[in-house]
Amino acid sequence: MNFARLMTSLACTALVAAAPLAAHAQADKPFKIGVPTFLSGAAAGPFGIPAKNAAEIFAAAANAGELPAPYDKKGFGGRPIELVVIDEAGGTTKQVSEFRNLVEQQGVDMVVGYTSSGDCLAVAPVAEEMKTLTLFFDCGTPRIFEAADYQYVFRPVATATMDNVGAALYVSEKLPEFKSYAGINQNYAWGQDAWADFEGTLKSAKPDAKLTTSQMPKLGAGQYNAEISAILGSKPDVVHSSFWGGDLEGLILQGAPRGLFKNSVVVLTSGETALHRQAKQIPDGTIIGARGPNGIFAPENTYNTWFRKAYNDKTKEWPSYPSYHMVQSLMAAKLAYEKAQGGDAAKVPTKEDVAKALTGLSFEGPSGKVEMSLGKGHQAVQEMVYGRVKKDADGNIGFVDVVRYAPERVNPPEGVSSADWIKAGLKAAN
Amino acid sequence: MNGLLGAVVDGILYSAWLFIIAVGLTLIYGVMKILNMAHGTFYAVGAYVAVTLLGWWFAQGLPPWGIVPVMILSALVAGLVLGVVVERGILARFAGRDPIVLLLVTYALFLILEDVIKLIWGVDPWIASDPLWVFGQVEFGELIYPTYNLFIVVVAAVVGGLLTWFLQFTAKGKILRAVIHDPEVSRSMGINVGRWNLIAFITGSVLAALGGAFTAPTISVVPGMGVEVVVMMFAVVVIGGLGSIPGTVVGALIVGFVRSFAVHYWPELEVFSVYAVMALVLAIRPQGLFAGVELRKI
Amino acid sequence: MNRTFTFLPPLLGGAALIALIAWFLPSWNFVLAIGLAKGLPVLGLVLLMRGGLVSFGQGLYYALGGYTVGLASQYFGLKDAAALLVISAIGSALVAFVVGLLLSRYRDIFFAMLTLALSMLLYGILVKSTELGGTDGFNVHGITLFGIPLTGADRMNGLLLLIAVCVLGAINLGLFGATAFGRLLAGVRDNEIRVEYLGASADRAVLIAYVLAAVMAALGGAMSGIIVGHIDPEMAFWATSGEFVVIAILAGTGGVLAPFVAAVVLEVVRSFAYQYAPNTWQLVLGLIILALILFLPQGLSGLVRRGPRAVNAGEKS
Repeated sequence: MNFARLMTSLACTALVAAAPLAAHAQADKPFKIGVPTFLSGAAAGPFGIPAKNAAEIFAAAANAGELPAPYDKKGFGGRPIELVVIDEAGGTTKQVSEFRNLVEQQGVDMVVGYTSSGDCLAVAPVAEEMKTLTLFFDCGTPRIFEAADYQYVFRPVATATMDNVGAALYVSEKLPEFKSYAGINQNYAWGQDAWADFEGTLKSAKPDAKLTTSQMPKLGAGQYNAEISAILGSKPDVVHSSFWGGDLEGLILQGAPRGLFKNSVVVLTSGETALHRQAKQIPDGTIIGARGPNGIFAPENTYNTWFRKAYNDKTKEWPSYPSYHMVQSLMAAKLAYEKAQGGDAAKVPTKEDVAKALTGLSFEGPSGKVEMSLGKGHQAVQEMVYGRVKKDADGNIGFVDVVRYAPERVNPPEGVSSADWIKAGLKAAN
Repeated sequence: MNGLLGAVVDGILYSAWLFIIAVGLTLIYGVMKILNMAHGTFYAVGAYVAVTLLGWWFAQGLPPWGIVPVMILSALVAGLVLGVVVERGILARFAGRDPIVLLLVTYALFLILEDVIKLIWGVDPWIASDPLWVFGQVEFGELIYPTYNLFIVVVAAVVGGLLTWFLQFTAKGKILRAVIHDPEVSRSMGINVGRWNLIAFITGSVLAALGGAFTAPTISVVPGMGVEVVVMMFAVVVIGGLGSIPGTVVGALIVGFVRSFAVHYWPELEVFSVYAVMALVLAIRPQGLFAGVELRKI
Repeated sequence: MNRTFTFLPPLLGGAALIALIAWFLPSWNFVLAIGLAKGLPVLGLVLLMRGGLVSFGQGLYYALGGYTVGLASQYFGLKDAAALLVISAIGSALVAFVVGLLLSRYRDIFFAMLTLALSMLLYGILVKSTELGGTDGFNVHGITLFGIPLTGADRMNGLLLLIAVCVLGAINLGLFGATAFGRLLAGVRDNEIRVEYLGASADRAVLIAYVLAAVMAALGGAMSGIIVGHIDPEMAFWATSGEFVVIAILAGTGGVLAPFVAAVVLEVVRSFAYQYAPNTWQLVLGLIILALILFLPQGLSGLVRRGPRAVNAGEKS
């Protein structure tokens, strides 16, 4: 009895919820974009919410036709943008399930999202199977386009390979006197890959440097006293960390009073997200990366000027790299859609046309030039930037020794996997 | 030699932290036979309240010696509110149900509270790290620690001491031990078991929040920070023997030292270490190290 | 009809109903499949719970099943679902037998915690195994059944196979419940010492139930790997095992159908919460679980037995 009632009410809820959506879809054909990004858990603060903010800012500005040219057409080729934001938390099975729901129940035209590499890997074949244009905006693993070919799946941001190759090149070139190094990375694919790439590059770039200790605490551990002691005790010249979010902030909070940043030069490959909140604790000389020319390292151009202002107007904060990644991905999508229209604003291009327009696309965004030159035109490369913190008299963070590595210096050539390329000493194996 | 000293100091610091939170979990289990899945979330709430009050305290420019009372106050506020609302509002409605159902109730609570935290404090990290700096530093060999880190050891010792004194040397403590031993008989002797349930639950919640409050300055307080904590605490109380306070001390020391030595000497084994020790202890002593042999009822 | 088989008509009816729903609402196909794949480990868990035992480590076998499918198809080119399922079942049964020899002496919270520790050990190993993709896991491609494709546009086939596996699993456990060992479990829960006085071995009943539960979990994990097309260490994480326990309690220990109903209902509810309350889906889910416990004290399986009925020996009513 009760159960029947429960099912009935569930079914009613489903109908009520689905009805307005169906009606709406026929009205004036908005372009619906599914945006899966972290809304709960530790990744929400540093990644998910900034990305969601950026998506909303982009959608509002595009719908009003206020973006700088060539993005100044309203919406997507005249169609207003509608965002469907969902939570990326819950694991890969849940995300595959929710991806299908986005496409089949919410009827989105495109999906732009995913911060977790595991989610990207799992979603990619499903997106291909469902012939749904899918743009990964933030995940780092290079395996996606190295292990398989896709027609509908793209990543208009660079992989994490260049973060750690760039970091290794930077310390080898800027700190010629360094003799030993240590690492502290989270014990999951992101941290493991980051460390492997950094260590692998150093083996060819600085073969005489010695590894002292590699610490791999688990993701979200929060307390790193023992790890910090072990690193301090081993006295490395350089410490590498790909920590992000709360873990990164915890490492800085606990490491700074214990002299971690004084005794060694610390490289924080994703340090930019913690920069403004923790300006006080990050001492001069710390090497900071922003996963590309984003945020603090973004070039001066009209897109960046627009984005910084729009983001600051909405949130009273300055945008960090996840929000750059999001805007950059949406710009790529908009540009490809309008390119596929071929100048006819009334035309609704097919997904295949848009995919073709995205393949090998080269465009300019808030972080400068982006070229979709890897993975048969589905994977973007950008330049990589590192700099060392130098605070002014008021404690405001600035950077010195900023080095910009050209894309081909920190990314493998087409057809070579990151791992093989690093193993071969950053030379194409042939 | 320095490495060994560091490993010992880190082991003690970590054990103290584990003990404060785990002893709350074991107290609640001992009295109510509920394994509280939301315990880690109580810890997180304590941290959030503390970081909020500390931020206010330092923003007013009030003297740093006041932070210890501020943190204790945070823990009391968080623990009392959570304890009363959860025990009276929810758990009491499920009294007498199968322990496994109560476990599920606390799991539902865990889900609800995770979102409530988000609704109150948002998803951005909260940081109040001044206490780490204002008390200066101490040196052990070559290693430097903020003096503040030692506070947690003092707190653990005080908590352990007070609990032991209460349970072993006061009349009320004797009553509580009777309730732990056999609630049914206690009830028939005229003890208000329901009230002791409430007291135990509040005390356990305050302890979790106390752990959170004293940890807050050293970490970035973020959503989901309690999730990892609760399984670690399960390991501690199970190794020591559920419901036993001396057992919790030993469990905390074992887990704390195993982890610290793993980090210092075999970092690649750190992930396994705690669970391997837990499996090993259970394989040798199924009841945990300190729990008495349970009488089987015929 | 023999009393042993009274569960058959609703089971087959339910299977047909699910297949029909999936046929008419293809967009719900995947959610149903995930629910059913989770229902299998829950089915095994419910069996253990009849003996008063709660395993917090069924994720161990869920992951074993998934990784068996992944590794066998990736490294040995074995792409046939039937063979993969059989290998998963046998492999996990062997592991469960060895582990069960130790575990069957444990009860209550200690059983729960030891199972949890063991599954977290596997999790630790999988996380460290970078050649298997570490925490990112890896994709499973192109599994077929005797040449029939199961995924992609043909995922209805996958769902039908899953339904068949579920029905077989349910029949298997339904029959086991009627055997001497199956009936002993209730005795183990209520009073183990009396069971031993009767000359039966409580430990052996627990061991058999544990192995059966492990096989169910492995089949669920294997089917999940085939249908989702991706496996990762999360399958062995304590939260996965915890979710199975949650579903099992919602299902109640009453029947072989309830675990699947509970798993599917929870999956559907979660899907709705995700889509319509993306910022507070945990809150919604938590409240629904609380409401279900409050209003359905016997779990979902309690719903169908409101009427007068005989109380089985050893079952608390």
